[in-house]
Amino acid sequence: MTYPAELRYTKEHEWARVDGDTVRVGVTSYAVDQLGDVTLVDLPAVGTSVSAHARFGEIESVKTVSELFSPVSGEITAVNEDLEGTPEQVNEAPYEGGWLVDIKMSDPSQLDGLMDAAQYADYIGKLEG
Amino acid sequence: MPGSVAAGLTFTTPLIFERGAKGRTGVSLAKSEVPDVDPAALYGDLFRKEQPALAEVSEPEAVRHYVQLSQQNFAIDTGMYPLGSCTMKYNPKVNEWAARLPGFATLHPLTPDSMAQGALELMYRLEQGLAQVCGMDRVSLQPAAGAQGEYVGLQMIRAYHSAQGRSPKKVLIPETAHGTNPASCALNGFTAVPFPVDEHGIVLPDQLAPFVDDDVAAIMVTNPNTVGLFETHMATMAEMVHAKGGLVYGDGANLNAIMGRGRPGDFGIDVMQFNLHKTFTTPHGGGGPGCGPVGYKKILDPYAPVPVAERNDDGTYRLDYGSRPQSIGRVRSFHTNFGMAVRAYAYMREMGPEGLRMATDLAVLNANYLRVCLGETWKVAFDRTCMHEVVISDKHLKDTHVTTMDVAKRLMDYGYHPPTVYFPLVVKGAMLIEPTETETKQELDRFVDAMKSISDEAQREPETVTGAPHLTRLRRLDETRAARNPVLRYVAPKSA
Repeated sequence: MTYPAELRYTKEHEWARVDGDTVRVGVTSYAVDQLGDVTLVDLPAVGTSVSAHARFGEIESVKTVSELFSPVSGEITAVNEDLEGTPEQVNEAPYEGGWLVDIKMSDPSQLDGLMDAAQYADYIGKLEG
Repeated sequence: MPGSVAAGLTFTTPLIFERGAKGRTGVSLAKSEVPDVDPAALYGDLFRKEQPALAEVSEPEAVRHYVQLSQQNFAIDTGMYPLGSCTMKYNPKVNEWAARLPGFATLHPLTPDSMAQGALELMYRLEQGLAQVCGMDRVSLQPAAGAQGEYVGLQMIRAYHSAQGRSPKKVLIPETAHGTNPASCALNGFTAVPFPVDEHGIVLPDQLAPFVDDDVAAIMVTNPNTVGLFETHMATMAEMVHAKGGLVYGDGANLNAIMGRGRPGDFGIDVMQFNLHKTFTTPHGGGGPGCGPVGYKKILDPYAPVPVAERNDDGTYRLDYGSRPQSIGRVRSFHTNFGMAVRAYAYMREMGPEGLRMATDLAVLNANYLRVCLGETWKVAFDRTCMHEVVISDKHLKDTHVTTMDVAKRLMDYGYHPPTVYFPLVVKGAMLIEPTETETKQELDRFVDAMKSISDEAQREPETVTGAPHLTRLRRLDETRAARNPVLRYVAPKSA
């Protein structure tokens, strides 16, 4: 499992890639490994407001349905429409083609509350105990 | 190999639409005594243009089709069915005798009360019995299943608050709850607020305290909870919520662990549902619908669904519609899934108080026997005395890459229905195993042997497990493709 160094991470296993005042959000390879084959991703419409740590969508796999939590507060500016037809991209390329949404941040300082790759790897180590 | 599974004579059964021949029929209808009408002239565009592709088969073809399908099925009458949380206990055949008595089986639901006295008395007596078992004041038999029972219970809670001019919005639910709990809240316009359980799997008052305020309509608790543990702080939790004006909903899904030993009404529950198809031996699906009566304390009586079977002073019975003007109303057509009421009543009377208590004791004993025996090989999630079910995980198989799903599939080769997998969500790779009181020690030992054998296989020859099932009619299905590209409707091939 890989956790790219340039990303920030949440305890709920989302990643955030910062680009100016926008972040691209997806789920980590650990999340994908736990979920198994993803069958459906339910995402909000462009323009929806989201809050840090609050639910913004759902991801469904053959095993379970899980909620998606936003790493930051802001507004959805783009949604990965391709996932509707090909949800397997989340499994195949969680950090690239399997991205979920772009969020325009209302408070970029919230990024400081997220984990970096090393902290996230530590966190996973503890979870796996 | 433990168990007694062998490849047998199983049939490949075509769809019933692919059997038969054009014009073939299994019934002979009498000549119509009314004149033909022309529906096309009457209904215009609404008249369907194509004939529906109905099956055209003889009676033996239809019977063989369904019997062959039933032979591909697995049931509690076939073997052990340790599907945790579902309480797949044996359904005694005496229940079926009772439900088939012509006076019950052929009774029309619109029969006047005076001509349905036996059925009304049975409903009344079942209600009284359920209330007694759970320490409730009354029980509504209407809800058609457990989830509808939850919905009705919460609706009564909403009506209770509303009658006092309040409209609290939150329903507190521990993170171990059944998935139906948040759904029942949402349907009632409440917000489900999850709160954490401790590392031993139960709710601690300190962890609940920050969530309890004036906006709490109710707390929804399953006791024992979904990881099979008794909520030891239940009475304190109930007091905390009552102190703020909230009510306590008890999910009766796990009643099989306390029936006859502890009464929810005594530990602070105000309203709860019974799952007759779990605890009271009525069939799960296939053999009949569910039934989810709701028991409640006096304070909720004004809001209970109507009608209610009541006993008159002269010893006769009636369906009462008018005594509860604040009732939430009717929640289903007619009165209850009556055949299930008959079966549950037969079970209750067949067992008696001692018998119900012994069923509970054996259900708990069986689960603890499995906990200890399986614990020699498998990782038990919460290693303390459990109630009627036990959670184990695939943790010790981590290096083999064999997962809970593979173990579940392999168990079929040993002749067992798999346990509930990946639930409760708080345990990674969970297998929730509920043997119920039905199984004997010999059967439990065979199951333990099967699980030990699978654990060995996982370490010696993992591909045997990851490639399972091997003995079933169909091997591992492509669940991913089925979920991603579901085919939801049969399309008949165009006939020439």
